[in-house]
Order: sequence, then structure tokens, then C-alpha cells
Amino acid sequence: MSTTEIDRQWTTRLRKRVAGKLPPEKLLPDTQPAYVSSWIYVFGVATLAALIIVIATGCVLSIRGPLWWHQSSIGHFVNSLHLWSVEIFFFAMVIHLWGKFFMGAWRGGRTMTWMTGCVTFFASILAGFTGYVSQTNFDSQWISTQAKDGINATGGGSIFNVLNLGQMLMWHIVLLPLAAIALTAVHVLLVRVKGVVPPYEEDSEIVQ
Amino acid sequence: MSWLGSIIPLDHLGHYIHWHVILISVGNLVVIGLMVVTFIAALLLPFPGRGGRKASK
Ligand code: HEM
Repeated sequence: MSTTEIDRQWTTRLRKRVAGKLPPEKLLPDTQPAYVSSWIYVFGVATLAALIIVIATGCVLSIRGPLWWHQSSIGHFVNSLHLWSVEIFFFAMVIHLWGKFFMGAWRGGRTMTWMTGCVTFFASILAGFTGYVSQTNFDSQWISTQAKDGINATGGGSIFNVLNLGQMLMWHIVLLPLAAIALTAVHVLLVRVKGVVPPYEEDSEIVQ
Repeated sequence: MSWLGSIIPLDHLGHYIHWHVILISVGNLVVIGLMVVTFIAALLLPFPGRGGRKASK
């Protein structure tokens, strides 16, 4: 094979593009700029850590299913771990969002970082909602019968039926986790590609 | 878990704050309050190891 032919291969092109945009030392850097040493930068990783626990405990719940998480004490415990890690996830995510908002962290070509964050927030709310209506208890019955009127009023009820437990469970354990994981992966990789945004005062001193 | 019920009564209606169009449960309001407090604390509390790294900058 000639070198031009090798250069045209999609494997070669993809490797060169990825290596150019995200070399290993950028993906896993040794140091960060001085301004990153603040607690406010911890909340992105806190959100990520909570998400990992949410997914892990959700997988454990899937092994034995609803009768187990309703009736056994260990099932109750794993169910509680799942719920409380979700609470921490949203708690950390909103503080992360506030922090990035006041830092204007979309500056310097970081629009997609901000936007993937927004869409992840939206997908997470849907995941939380479908989780509440997938509990298979009186609480989920109450929530879904209340929510159906709201969703039907938007016209969305024809494809997204909150009274359909099978559909809600599938969204909760397949589609929305996939979306959340994929979006989070892109979000974090974008942060690494662009590097942490400089604070406003540093930004005006250095020419980007 | 019965001891929990003696601290946080869970078997009657929750408390709500109703002010004009705003209706929010006390539980949710407390969580929002904690988030604001955590946010301010994150901005004000010194980050461990900060002094050392600043000096080396
Ligand atoms: C699943 C939810 C999320 C996860 C796991 C996550 C994770 C992260 C992580 C680990 C970082 C880098 C560390 C840091 O600066 O905190 C980051 C940065 C960032 N996040 Fe998120 N995030 C999430 C949601 C959001 C949301 C809802 C927004 C805003 C709408 C957002 C906006 C940003 C921005 C703009 C940056 C870039 C900061 C910079 O370049 O300096 N993220 N995120």
C-alpha cells in the first residue's frame, strides 16, 4: 500500500484527528491552572461520581427486580442507595450549573460544553421522572395519574404514555441512561479538549 | 426504620409554604436552601493545598 493510500484509510484519518485534538497528556493532564484550586470545580466530578453510583445501584436493582426491592430489607437498602445517589447527583449538578453560569464557562469556544450540560440536565430530569413512575407502588400510581393530564395537554401523550409501565421502565433503564452516559462522556471529553475556562480577569489579560 | 418516624413524621401530610402563586413543600425548600449554602461555602472555603501551588506558579 502506498503512503497516500494509507493516509486515506478511515482508521488513519480518525486516529490522527483524535490524537491531534486530544493527545494523552491533554486527556489525563498532570497539572491544572492555579485558578482551578477552588471547591467550585469539584462539583462536576461530584456529579460524575454520583452518576456512577446511580448506574451501579440501578444495575443491582435490575438483577432481582421490583418484588425484591419492595419486600426484602437488602432490596430496600439498595433502592435507598439508588434514590439518595440521585438526590446527590441533582444537588451537585445544580451547584455545578450555578458555578459554570457565574463563571460564564461557555466562553472561548465552549458552547458545546455548556449545551451538552443543558441537554444532560434535561435527560436527567426525564430519567428521574420515569424512575418515579416505575416504582410500582402507590406513589408511582399517584405521580403517573397526575402527570398524564399535563403530558396529554401537550399532545406528547400519544407517543409517551406515562400510564404505560412497560414503556416508562424501558425509558428509565435503557434509553435515558444511555443518553445520560453518552452525553456525559461527550461533555467531559469536551472539557478536556478545550481545557478549563480562565476566569474573567485572567481572560482579559491573556490573549486567547 | 421506626425510629426514623419519631424524628421525621412521615405518616401525615407534608408541610407546604403557600405565598401567592408559589407553592413549595418545606422539604424541597430546605434542599434548595442547603444548595445555596453549599454553593456559597464552595466559593468561600479555602481549597486544601492552594497556598503551596500558588507559590509555585
Ligand atoms: C451529568 C451531569 C454532568 C456531569 C457529570 C458534568 C461533569 C463535568 C465535569 C467533570 C467537568 C469538569 C470539572 C468542572 O469544571 O467541574 C464539567 C465542566 C463543565 N460543565 Fe458539566 N457536568 C454535568 C452537567 C452540566 C450542566 C447541567 C451544565 C450547564 C448547563 C454543565 C456545564 C459545564 C461547563 C460549561 C463546563 C466547562 C467548564 C470549563 O471549561 O471550565 N455541566 N462538567
